[in-house]
Amino acid sequence: MSKKKKKKDMNVLGALAGCVGEYKLASVLTSVFVVFEVVLEVFIPIIMSQIIDVGLEEGLSEYTFTLQLGASHTPIFTVHSNTDFIVICGVMMVVMALFSLLFGVLSGKFAAYAATGFGSNVRQKIYYKVQDFSFANLDRFTTAGLVTRLTTDITNVQMSYMMVIRVLVRAPVMLALALGMAISINAELAIVFAVALPVIVVGLIVGIVVVFPRFTKMLKKYDDMNEITQENLIAIRTVKTFVREDHETKKFKKISALVQKLQFSAEKILVIAMPLMQCVAFACIIAVVWFGGNNIIAGDMYYGSFAAFLNYIMQILMSLGMVAMVFVMLVLSRASAGRIAEVFREVPDIADNPSPAAESVADGSVDFENVDFSYSEKSDVLNLEHIDLHVKSGEIVGVIGGTGSAKTTLVQLIPRLYDVDSGAVKVGGVDVRDYRLNTLRDAVAMVLQKNVLFSGTIRDNLKWGNPDATEEQIEHAARAAQAHDFITSFPDGYDTELGQGGVNVSGGQKQRLCIARALLKSPKVMILDDSTSAVDTATDAAIRKGLREEFGSTTVFIIAQRISSVQDADKIIVMNDGKIDAVGTHEELLAGNRIYQDVYYSQQRGSDEAAAVYAEEEVQA
Amino acid sequence: MKKGSVAKKLSAKYSAGHPFETFMRILSYFKPYKGRVILAGISLVLNVGCTVGGTFMLSVIINDYIMPLATHAAGVTVADFALMTGVMATLYLVGALLHYCYNWIIVNMTTLIQRTIRDQMFERMQKLPIRFFDTHANGDIMSCYTNDTDTLRELMANGVPYLISNGLTVLGIFIAMMVINWLLTLFIVVMLVLMFFIVKYVGGKSGKHFVRQQKEIGVLDGYVEEHIEGMRVVKVFCHEDAEKEAFDAINGKLRFASRKAHTYANILMPILGNLGYINYAITAIAGAFFIATGIEIGGIMNFGNLIAFLQFSRQFSAPIGQMSQQMNSILMALAGAERIFALIDAEPETDEGYVTLVNADEDEEGNLVEAEGFTGKWAWKHFHKANGTTTYVKWKGEVEFEDVTFGYVPEKTVLKHIDLVAEPGQKIALVGSTGAGKTTITNLINRFYDIEDGKIRYDKINIKKIQKPALRRSLGMVLQDTHLFTGTVRENIRYGNLTATDEQVEEAARLANADAFIRHLPDGYDTVISGDGSNLSQGQRQLLSIARAAVANPPVLILDEATSSIDTRTEKLIEKGMDRIMNGRTVFIIAHRLSTVRNADVILVLEHGEIIERGSHDELLAKQGRYYQLYTGAFELE
Repeated sequence: MSKKKKKKDMNVLGALAGCVGEYKLASVLTSVFVVFEVVLEVFIPIIMSQIIDVGLEEGLSEYTFTLQLGASHTPIFTVHSNTDFIVICGVMMVVMALFSLLFGVLSGKFAAYAATGFGSNVRQKIYYKVQDFSFANLDRFTTAGLVTRLTTDITNVQMSYMMVIRVLVRAPVMLALALGMAISINAELAIVFAVALPVIVVGLIVGIVVVFPRFTKMLKKYDDMNEITQENLIAIRTVKTFVREDHETKKFKKISALVQKLQFSAEKILVIAMPLMQCVAFACIIAVVWFGGNNIIAGDMYYGSFAAFLNYIMQILMSLGMVAMVFVMLVLSRASAGRIAEVFREVPDIADNPSPAAESVADGSVDFENVDFSYSEKSDVLNLEHIDLHVKSGEIVGVIGGTGSAKTTLVQLIPRLYDVDSGAVKVGGVDVRDYRLNTLRDAVAMVLQKNVLFSGTIRDNLKWGNPDATEEQIEHAARAAQAHDFITSFPDGYDTELGQGGVNVSGGQKQRLCIARALLKSPKVMILDDSTSAVDTATDAAIRKGLREEFGSTTVFIIAQRISSVQDADKIIVMNDGKIDAVGTHEELLAGNRIYQDVYYSQQRGSDEAAAVYAEEEVQA
Repeated sequence: MKKGSVAKKLSAKYSAGHPFETFMRILSYFKPYKGRVILAGISLVLNVGCTVGGTFMLSVIINDYIMPLATHAAGVTVADFALMTGVMATLYLVGALLHYCYNWIIVNMTTLIQRTIRDQMFERMQKLPIRFFDTHANGDIMSCYTNDTDTLRELMANGVPYLISNGLTVLGIFIAMMVINWLLTLFIVVMLVLMFFIVKYVGGKSGKHFVRQQKEIGVLDGYVEEHIEGMRVVKVFCHEDAEKEAFDAINGKLRFASRKAHTYANILMPILGNLGYINYAITAIAGAFFIATGIEIGGIMNFGNLIAFLQFSRQFSAPIGQMSQQMNSILMALAGAERIFALIDAEPETDEGYVTLVNADEDEEGNLVEAEGFTGKWAWKHFHKANGTTTYVKWKGEVEFEDVTFGYVPEKTVLKHIDLVAEPGQKIALVGSTGAGKTTITNLINRFYDIEDGKIRYDKINIKKIQKPALRRSLGMVLQDTHLFTGTVRENIRYGNLTATDEQVEEAARLANADAFIRHLPDGYDTVISGDGSNLSQGQRQLLSIARAAVANPPVLILDEATSSIDTRTEKLIEKGMDRIMNGRTVFIIAHRLSTVRNADVILVLEHGEIIERGSHDELLAKQGRYYQLYTGAFELE
C-alpha cells in the first residue's frame, strides 16, 4: 500500500470515528466488559486443574486458599478435606461462569447500543450532508448511489464497528491471557506455541495474499455479470424486438461460466484455512500429549494441569481464528467505508453566508452584472457569457430561446442554485452571495422544469411553500394557479393522496400544483421554468392573469416555448447560445429581432418549424 | 419500486412456503455430481470419526499408557506410548486431510450448481412475456440473481453440511461420553435441553426484531429514495430542516429496532458459552467426586476418563449452539430458493405460430422461392401439417386491426374497438396524449401482449399464426426509451443484425446521421458504451437506436417517439436517411411533434383508447377538430 493510500484510509477512519459521538462511553464499556468476560473465561480451566491436581491428591488434610498480591500472601481460609476443596473450587467456577455470563450479556447489550447508535449517527451525518449539497454537488452523485450509502454501506460499517469493539478486543486479550496461563502451567510445554503461532500467522498471511487478488478478479466479473442481467431487465423489450433472447443467453452463460471458474479458483484456496487451523490445533494437542505425558511420567506435571493446557490450546487458536475473521470483515467493508467517506469529503459548492449584508430581500428587482458562468470548472466553454440584465420589481419577464440556449441556466443563478464565475447577480439590489441562503430562497420561488411532488396529500405538498399557511391562503394560491377547481373535483379534495412522485395526477395538473406550491411562499421573485408546457393555452393565460392580479408586486420570470405565454410580458429576453440576443417588448422584438420573428411567425402560421421547435422543447421538458 | 413491493418482499423474505419441497428440489441439483456427493459424504463422516476418535484416544492414552508408566506398572513401555501417540496423530492428520478434501468438493460442486441455477434463471427470464416484467420490479428479480443465489450457495456449501457434520459430531461425542460415563452424560443432556430453550427464546426474539429492522430499513429506503430524487425541490424551498427532522424520526425508529435485534443476537453466544462453562464446572466437580470417593455409578471414573470427558463436554455444546443459529439462516435461504424457483418456473411466452418469414426471390416463371440472404423481398412460409406441403405467400406489408379491444389488466380497457388498415408502403401516424393507447397499438402488433377481442392481421394472416421470432424480425422497432448494451458502438448498432459487416454498420450509422458524432467519440466506432449509454446524450442514443433498426433492414418499421430527443435541425438532417429507411415499407410513427407526423399518409388521433379522428394532415386541419386544436395550441397533449 502506498503512503498516499494509507493516508486516505486514515482519513476515512477519522471521518467515521467522529460519528461515534455520544456512544463513546458505551463503546468503551463494551470493551471493558469483554475484557472482564475473557479474564474469567481464562481462569476457569486453571481452577478446574486445581480440582484434579489438588482436590484429588491423596490424603489432603489441609489446604489454605491465599490471596496473592505481588510477594505478599494473605491467607483467606483453610479447608481440611478433599471434598471441601472440590466443592469450594466448583462453586468458585460456577460463580465465575455466572459473572462471565453477566459480563458477556452486558457487553453484548452495550455493543448493540453503541454500534447501532454509531450507524444511525453515520446515516444522519450523510443525510445532513446531502441537505447541504448545492445543485452542482448533486450533479456529482446519483440517487441510487446515495441510497446505497444510506442503507447497505452503513449496515456493513456498523457490523464492522461492532466487530472491532467486541471481537477485536476479545481475541488479543484472550490470546495473551491464555498464553500467559499456559506458560505459567508449563513453560517448556508452551514452546509448542512458539512453533504453532508463526505457522498459523504465516499461513493466514500467505492465504490472504494469494486469495485476495483472486477474489478481486472474481468480484469484478461478478459485477459485470450482474450488469448484464440488469441491462437485460431494463432492455427486455429491445431484446425481444430484435429476437436476441438466445444471443443474450449465450452472452450470460459465457460470463457465468467465467465467474464460476474464478470463484472456484479463489475459494479452493480459502477453504484450506479451516483444515490448516485444525491441523495446527491437532499438532499442538499431539505435542502436549507426548511431552506432557512424559512430564507426567517423570512426575513434573499432573493430570489437571495437563487438561487445562489442552483447554488453553483451544482458546489460543480460537482467538487467532477470530482475528482472521474480523480482518476479512474489515477488508470487505473498506469499500463501503470509502463510499461513505466520499460523501463526507464532498465540499458543498455553495456555502451559506455567515455574515449577511442584508437580513431580508427588499424588493423583487433582479440585476445581472456582466455575468459569466460555466458548469464545469475545467472547461473553458462558458455556458453564460457577458450577461447584463436589469429587471425592476414587479415586472413580468419572458425568456425565449432554443434548446441549449441556456434559459434555465440563466434563471438558476437568481436563487443562487449555482454561483457565477465572474460578475454578480443581485436581488433587491444586494448580491445574492450577501444574503443568507434561506433569506434569498424564501424570497425567490422557483418552479423547476423537472419538478417533483412528494407522497402525502395535496395539502401536505402545498404547505411546503408555507408550513403555517391557512386554509384561505392555500385556496388563494391554488385558485391563482388554476388548480383549485380540479382539486375540489377529487372526492377527497385537498386531502387527496398523491402517491410517490405525484402519480395520481396528470402532467398538467402536476404543473399547476407545483405553481401553487411556489405561490404559497408569497415570493418577491417567481420563476416559472417551462412550468406550463402541459397546460393548454387558455389555462396558461388564466394562470398568468391570476399572477398579475393576485401577486402584482412579484417579479415573474417565465421561460416558455410558446410566444403566447410571453407576449404580454413587460420584457422579453431572447437567449441564443448562452448570450442575450435581444431584450424588448413583444412589439419591439417582432419589429427588430430575427430569432423572435422566426419563432413568432412559425407559430402564427402553424408551419413546420414552429410546431417542431415548440413540440421538441415540450418533449425535452 | 412498485407500490407495496417492499412489504410483500418482506413477508416473503422470512417465510418459506414449502420448505421440504424446496429442499428436495435443491438436492435434485446434486444429481449430476453423484460421485462427488458420495466422496464428500464419506470424507465428512470419516472426518467426524477421526476428530471424535482422536479425542477418545486421549483417555486411552492417559489411562492405559501414561498412568501405568507414571506409577511404574509393568507391561507398558514408553515405546508403546509413542506408538499410540503416533496413532492419534495419524487419526488427526487424516481427519484434517479429509476436511480439506471435503471442502474442495463442496466448493467445486456448489459453484457449479450456482452457475447452473443462474443460467436456468437467465434462460427462462429471456423467454418470459413482457407482462411478467410489468408485474415484477426489476430490483426484486435482480435480487434473485444476487442475494438469493448467494444465500442458497451458502446453504449448500455451509448450512446443510455443517448441520450434518455438527449432527454427526454431537452423535459421536454422545456415544463416546456414554461409553465413558452415562450418568454424567445424562446430566449434560439436561443442561443441553435448558440451552435449547434459551436459544429458542432469545433466537425467536432476535428474529422478530430483525424482521422489524428490515421493515424499518424498507421505510427508510423508500423515504430516502423519494426525497433525494426531489432534493432539488428541497433546496429551492429551503426545506432542509424539515427534511432533517423527518429523517431523524425514521432513523431513530430504525436505530431502536436494530438495537433490539442486535442485543438479542449479541447476548446469545455469551449465554451459551458460559452455560457451557457451568456445565464444565459441574462435570468437573461430579467427576472429581466420583474419583475421590471411588463411587462407580454410570461408568468407571479415573483421570483419563475425566479429562477426555471434560474435553468432550466442551466440544459438545459448541455445535449445538451453532446448529440452532444455523436453522434461522437455513429457513431464510429456503425462502430465497423459493423465489429462485418461482422465477425458473414462471410461465414462458407461448408461441403457437407456425408461419415464418423468409427472404424470397422469384424464379423464371414468377414463382416465389426461398432465397439465401437479403433480396429486398420476403415471403410468408406456411407449412401445412395436413398434407406436408409448404406454400409461400408474398410479403406485402399490410397490417389490419379489426375491432380490437385490449386492456393490460381486466379492469381497465386501454383500447376500445380499434379498426385500422395500414396499406403496404403507407405511413401511419398515431397522435394522442400519454395513456391514450398509442404505444399499446404497437405492443399488440409485435405481440408483446395478446389481444382479448378482435383480430390483427398481417398480410391477411392472423398474427397468432405467425411465429413470434419471425413476426418480430419483420418489425423494426425504435422504441420510446433507447436501451444500449455494454459494448462498443459498433456492437450496439450490429445488435439489429448480427451478421452485418462493418461497412453495413457504418452505412446504417450514416443513414441515421450518427456517423458524425460517432467519429468524434474517443475511439470512434470502437468506443465502449457502459451503463446503458449514460455517457451519450438522449438524442445521440436515439440516433444509434435508429441506426440499429436500419441495419436490421426490416420490412415494417415502428417508430415510437424515435426522434423526440433529437433537435429539429438534426431531425431535418436525418430526414433524407429516414426517407430511405422508410422507402417501400409500411411505417407506424408515434410522435408528439406534429411536424414529424405531418407527412404521414394517414394520421390517427387517439383519445382514451379510441380513434376520434383519422385522415391526412390537410383533411384533419380542414376538419377543425382535435388535431386542429393541437396544431394551434388550443389543446395540449400530456
